[in-house]
Formats: sequence, C-alpha cells, structure tokens
Amino acid sequence: MSITALSALALGKKIKAREISVTEATQAAFTRIKAAEPQINSFVTLDEEGALKQAKAVQDKIDRGELDSPLAGVPVAIKDNMCTAGILTTCSSKILSDFTPPYTATAVEQLQNAGAVILGKTNMDEFAMGSTTETSYFGETKNPWNTAHVPGGSSGGSCAAVAAEECFYTLGSDTGGSIRQPSAFCGVTGIKPTYGSVSRYGLIAYGSSLDQIGPIAKDVSDCAAILEVICAHDSKDSTSVLREDTDFTSALTGEVKGMKIGIPTDYFGAGLQPEIKEAVLAAAKTLENQGAIVEEFELGLVDYAIPAYYTIASAEASSNLARFDGIKYGYRSEDYEGLHDMYKKSRSEGFGAEVKRRIMLGSFVLSSGYYDAYYLKALRTKALIKQEFDKAFRMFDVILAPAAPTTAPKLGESLRDPIHMYLGDIYTIAVNLAGLPAISLPCGKDKAGLPIGMQLFGDVFCEKKILRAAYAYEQARSYERSPLARELEG
Amino acid sequence: MSKQYETVIGLEVHVELATKTKIFCSCTTVFGGTPNTHTCPVCTALPGSLPVLNKQVVEYAMAVGLATNCEITPYSKFDRKNYFYPDNPQNYQISQLYLPICRNGGVEIETEGGKKVVGIHEIHMEEDAGKLIHDEWENASLVDFNRSGVPLIEIVSEPDMRSAEEVIAYLDKLRLIIQYLGASDCKLEEGSMRADVNLSIREQGAKEYGTRTEMKNLNSFKAIARAIEGERVRQIELLEEGKSVTQETRRWDDNKESSYAMRSKEDAQDYRYFPEPDLAPIAISPEWIAAVKARQPELRTEKLERYKTEYDIPEYDAKILTGTKKMAEVFEAATAICKKPKKVSNWLMVETLRLQKERNLDAEQIPFSPENLAKLVDLADEGTINSTVAKEVFEQMFDQNVDPESYVAEHGLKTVHDEGELRSIVEEVLANNPESVTDYKNGKEKAIGFLVGQTMKAMKGKANPGMVNQLLKELLAESN
Repeated sequence: MSITALSALALGKKIKAREISVTEATQAAFTRIKAAEPQINSFVTLDEEGALKQAKAVQDKIDRGELDSPLAGVPVAIKDNMCTAGILTTCSSKILSDFTPPYTATAVEQLQNAGAVILGKTNMDEFAMGSTTETSYFGETKNPWNTAHVPGGSSGGSCAAVAAEECFYTLGSDTGGSIRQPSAFCGVTGIKPTYGSVSRYGLIAYGSSLDQIGPIAKDVSDCAAILEVICAHDSKDSTSVLREDTDFTSALTGEVKGMKIGIPTDYFGAGLQPEIKEAVLAAAKTLENQGAIVEEFELGLVDYAIPAYYTIASAEASSNLARFDGIKYGYRSEDYEGLHDMYKKSRSEGFGAEVKRRIMLGSFVLSSGYYDAYYLKALRTKALIKQEFDKAFRMFDVILAPAAPTTAPKLGESLRDPIHMYLGDIYTIAVNLAGLPAISLPCGKDKAGLPIGMQLFGDVFCEKKILRAAYAYEQARSYERSPLARELEG
Repeated sequence: MSKQYETVIGLEVHVELATKTKIFCSCTTVFGGTPNTHTCPVCTALPGSLPVLNKQVVEYAMAVGLATNCEITPYSKFDRKNYFYPDNPQNYQISQLYLPICRNGGVEIETEGGKKVVGIHEIHMEEDAGKLIHDEWENASLVDFNRSGVPLIEIVSEPDMRSAEEVIAYLDKLRLIIQYLGASDCKLEEGSMRADVNLSIREQGAKEYGTRTEMKNLNSFKAIARAIEGERVRQIELLEEGKSVTQETRRWDDNKESSYAMRSKEDAQDYRYFPEPDLAPIAISPEWIAAVKARQPELRTEKLERYKTEYDIPEYDAKILTGTKKMAEVFEAATAICKKPKKVSNWLMVETLRLQKERNLDAEQIPFSPENLAKLVDLADEGTINSTVAKEVFEQMFDQNVDPESYVAEHGLKTVHDEGELRSIVEEVLANNPESVTDYKNGKEKAIGFLVGQTMKAMKGKANPGMVNQLLKELLAESN
C-alpha cells in the first residue's frame, strides 16, 4: 500500500516510528496531487516549497521529541475560506483572488502547533455558497468516484482531495451541510462539531451563527483525533465555548449496546433516492445487530428548516460580505467614476451569481418592513427546530439520517435550478440551525457506483456519542477507496 | 409674530470612552499616531476577524447609566447597523438598537428658570469609525483606521429641553458626571464629546410635537447655542410663512452661522439592523451592577454639598471648585496637606482662574501640583512671605511648577522681621526723602504711603509691611 493510502493516524504512527519521514510523506502527497489535479481540480493554491520547509522543521521537532501529537508530521489541506498567513486565501472568489492574509486562523494554527504540514488550499463553492463546488471562480472540482459528477459542496475540494488521497485529511467548514454532504458524495468521513467548539477566528464568515469548522478524513478515528486538536476555547472568538470533554478518541470503543438510535421518519419520505433509503436503513440494522436500540419517530418542522436557513444565512451573509468593497483589499474594478460606482462595479464584477443572489435575498429579508415577516420569523423557527431536537434527545442518544436525498449529481445539472439545489440540503440544515454536532460517513453505493453517506446527529456537546456509534458501524465495513485513488496508484 | 411658539429639543450625545484599548480588539486608543499603526485584523475588518467585547466599555457604560439614574438592561445585545462608507471597514457598525445597555434615566438641571429633570431615553455602546483624508494633490482619498473601533456611548435624551440654556445645562451636567466617573474627558472641541441636536417647534400649549430636524457638526457650547437659535428662527419663519418643516438632517456651519440640509427622511438609509451574531449577549447580574456602583466615585452634586458643609465654602465658590474634576482634585489634595480650605480655595478661585485665562488654558489645565500649592499657602499664612511676594511665587509655580519653599529660599524672598535691619533702612529712606518727611509733618498723611513704598523697594518687597508702617511712624515722631 502506498503512503498516500494511509489514514492520518496510521501515517502519524509510521512517522513516529521513523518508518516514513515527514518529507517523504509530503513528497508523496505532492506526487499524487500532480497526478490527480488535472482530473479533479480540488486545490486553488498549492504551496510545495512552503510545505517542504515545514516538513523539515516538523521532522526536526519530532526528532528532538518536541511533538507528541498523533498527527505530527501528517500533511493536511485547508479549505480556502480559512486564513493562512502568507498563503493566498480566496474563498474561491474573484473578489479575493489576490488576497494573502497577514494572519492564520486559530484552527489552522492549532493544527500547525500539533505538527501538521500544510500542502495548500482546497477549492470550494464561492464563499461557501453552493452544494456542488461549481460556483468556484477557479473552476469546478470533480468527483474522484466519477469525474462526470460533482463532489458536493461547499467543501467539495476538501472532500475530493481526501478521496483522491492527495492529502491525509482536510479542514472543511459547514454552515448548512458543507462538510457532511460532500463527504457523503465523495465517500469520506466528516464532522460538523457543536457550534462554538472550534474557533471561527480566521474563518471567512458566511453565516456567522451557523458556520463551524470541522475535520474531513478517511475514517472516524482520524476525525476524532483531528477534532481533539482543533476543539479548544479561543479568546479571539466570543462564540467559542470552553469544553472539558474533548478526549474524543476515548469514545471509540466499538460498543453500542443499549444505545438508543432514533430514525426520523420525516427524513425518509418522498424525494429520497430509494437506494439511499435502503443503505441507511441497512446501517440501522447493522447497529441494531450490534446491540443498539433503533426506533422510528417523527421529528417535526422538517419542512421549515430550509426556508429558515436560507433566510438567516443569507441575512448574515449580506452583512458579512459587505466588507468586500474594493477599498481595503481584494478586487477593485479597473474603471469607475467616484465612490459608489467603485463599490458597484467592484462588487458586481467580483462576486459570482450565487453569491449575489444570496446577498440580495439577505438584504431583502433584513430591510425595513420585511424584517419581522422574514428574519424574525426565521429566528423563531430556528428556536422551534431546536426544541424539536431537545424533545428527540430526551428519547434517543443519537439520530440516524441520510446525508443527502441523492448521490452526487452530474456536473452542470444543479445550478440551473437553485431552488432544487437548496432543497438538497434538507437533511443537513436543521443540525446547523440547532447548533448540533453531526457526522457523515459512507454506508454504501448506488447502482452507478457513487457513494452513499449517512449522518448521525447528537445533542449539543455529545460528539462522543455520535463518534461511538459511527466507529462501531465503521468496524462492520471497511473503507472503500475511490476509483481515482486506486487508478493513480496503478 | 402673532403666535407664541415653544421650542422642543432632544439631544443625541456621543462620548468617547477613556479605555486604554478599543472596544473589540486590543489596539490602543491613544489619539494620533502614524495612520493605520493603531490597527489589527479586527479594527480593519480583515476577512475572518472577529470582535471580542472590551469589558471596561460595559463597565463605563453601566457607570454612566447608574450616575444618570438609568435602568441597566440585564440582558443586553449588540446589533449591526449596515451602511457603506469607506471610513467603516466592515461596512456595518456594531451598535445597539434593540436592547441598549441603559434605559429610562434622567438628570436634574438648573437654569435661571429653575430646576427640571431631563429624561434619558437610552444609552448604548458602539464603535467609532476611521477617518477619511482627502488628498487634493492626488485627487484621491485615504483612510486612517486608528480611530476605528474606539469605544463610544450614545446618550439619547427625551425631547425635554426648551431652550439653548437648558441644552447647555444638560450637556454640562453630563460632562461633569462623566468626567468625575473617569469614563471620558468629554472635550467637545476635540470630539471626545459630540452632540446632535433634534429640534422642533410647536405652538405654545400644543400636545403634538412638530416635525423635527437633526443638526450635526456642533463643536462647542457656543456653536450649539447659535445653532439652536438659528434653527428655532428658521423653523418659526417657515411656519409663519405657512410652509412646513421637512424632517431632515442638517449640518451646522459655525463660520457662516447657518445650516444646510444634508439628507431628508425620504433618502434616509435603511440600516437593515439585525443582532450581531459574532458577539454573545451581555448578561449583567445584580452583583455586577452593585460592584460598579460601589466603585463609583463621589460625583459633582455630592461633592458640592460636602464642600459647603465640611469646609464651610460658599455655594458660588463650591460650584467653581467642583466645576472640573481636576480643580476639585487639586483643591482636596492641597487642603489635605495644609488644612486651610478657604486659603486654598482663594488661590484657586482668584489667581488660578486669572492665570488660566491669561495663558489661554482650559479649565482642566492646572499646571502646578497640590503639594506646591499647599506649601505656598503655608508660607503666606505663616508670614514667611508677604502677599506681594506670594503672588510672584505663585506665578512662578503656575508657569513652571516650582517648589515655593526652595524658590523663596534661593531668591531670598523671606520677609525681613529683623527690626534692627529694618530700622537702618527706614532711617536711610527718611534721610534720602526730606521733602516727603516735611510733607508728612505738614499734615500730608498720604506722604507716608510713598515712604512705605520706598522702604519696600529698598527691601526688594520682602519687608513685613506692618513693621515698616510702625517703624516709619515711630521714627517720624521721634524726629519731631
């Protein structure tokens, strides 16, 4: 087995045992990247020179015994909406296409402190708005399982990079499913942690009250180990929470006996691809066979999640993206007359269609006379959805659901009908509105050979429960590599 | 003018708080500096940066609220006010709309018309913007973000004032309260206190308010008084002509003593306020309020009463002594050393005010230390120096903060009490001025004044004037 096929923890172990050097691992990643990129385009920026320098520095630290993280020396790629000092950070947008931040996001810094080597920045939907990674200014990313299909989004580059074995893990961000849906489409595992668990400092905001950074990797153990590194209180983020229960790997016991798992019947109705329903229910059966108690229940308010989400996220986005005005940094129109023309042209030329659509939607729902009817109502809906989950978690330890109603659509199919694309977020969005943790992991393939993903939701701060259930399920099923990864290994 | 009109005024007062660091980051608030050096990713709104609230801002806002009899909101929140302008790096201002930190307060003011309470609708916290600099040479504008994120509170009054006099009294009251709390230096001229005047006119006795205008750019008490008078007359003229007042924001030009419309209500911006998702709500417990209250220093009103009772200082003097925090501090510190409140008061009320005026200094600018003032009071009181010398020493002390004791010693200014030494000088003066002696003997009593002056001159002013007088009379009588 090649180096790139290793899980992050397996590589970390070999580095620690001096079987593989950090430089070797980094070089192996770049060899794979060079082979895979022409086919999938999962990176916006590569930093080979910087990565090799880091690799050497990290190796020195390991040799001096200064780094004991299980992830020390393991190469990583970062979604391009997290600031990295000295490395271009574009949000896959023209408006930030020349922006190099002077500082590094807290979560990235935490990984660096643990000895991560940063290979580059992964492609995404522009400003994380989209479900396919087709809205990127730098071109779409393609799915390593079938390059005629999208990888999902918005963290499509991150998930494709893991599936193509271009890196050992990545950081993604999840506002309405942006880690979990592309993880499902690419056959990898990703976690959206409880809101407030991972610092948002340095994450370029889309919907501030919903955004959360999380790990994407080949398996549950990797995700748990990465989460242990990035889940920490940060005084630079006022919404950051101080948690003491962050020894996530301790939850990976393989034991689910007596664990109560709820199946929300409203997530299995019309619109769900039958093969996905079968695969997720089969996964439920597997867990039941392992001793879990599986029951169906009605979650409620499911239909309201999408309108509430698109109202709140767009409202926050309309304000968050106001700072991109062509004045201080980023793209400025070449030709303008006066201040307002400069604003108008820079933003009209700098933002793509989907971003403009959400800025307009958000501005509208916040405008005088509409605020109560839309924004305030959406906030109330958000609170009610949280209450529905509170009720559910009085009955269940975790909730099992599909990650998306379909497997990865073909390239070019989704953007023609944005409403249809928005509806694809139906199973992921409620978790963000309620601030809950959720994991997405593979549970089969459809007839076309595209991966199917399932989700496990936990109550706030109950990452350990979902990790425990996910890990137990994973034991019954081995990690399946993407065709591209297998092909490139030759 | 046939009808009787009433002027209705409400104020929006912005006060820059005296915190060391900005409201949402740890950059310094020190005034000036090379452009864009007091900045960081947060106050320049770099992508991905997040605000973290400075606790001192909350405590200052609470302190001002408590001192102006406001209710403190137990669960307060920040909101975003969205508008595009280059001095505002985020293109939204973090402010408070829905749940401001203080509400429903009021302060008592006193004018010639008597006492009244001006209600305070609310006090909210917000961030200041940067500064635009227009470069005429390059035909370009530059932005300096050093002021971006400096903490402000906005104190919104009820429309309770009826004249410029009341407005000035209200502003002065706020200024003193806030200065005494140490929450701001409240300098209108330097912009650390800024007032926008909302003014409307209605017929005497009317229940409904008239249409109001908002006046901006008022940089001194004088400008405020002039702007109020100007706007009052302008609105009455409109009404008299049968026209109506337009709701609009106007800018006062103090040089031209007139205002012009900046924007009307119709083109007022929709700020699309919504709760700031990057900041947690501020929960203020009764314990926290009690702690802030306990730290509250003695305010002006209490101090004034205490000066009257404890030091037996007349009301008028006590008002001046407490008129600035600095003056009160010097008074109390000097009094504590020399235990002569009336003498200290006298130096402050007369000579200090005189020299401040002559040297063009602000009321807060007292250049000498209370220790030195106390020494001077003692020197004069014990007769070590006479009053003429004392004034001279005071002036040195005022300008250079010299130590009066060393100054008097170095310059040999001690009053001469030695009768032998004095007697020989007086004898010399009498011998040199026979005409005056003759005049005196011929009944011109005034001539003695000239002789005293001559003696003092010979003594370089440091003689004890009582002794000089007595010796002169004695010697003149003897020579008879």
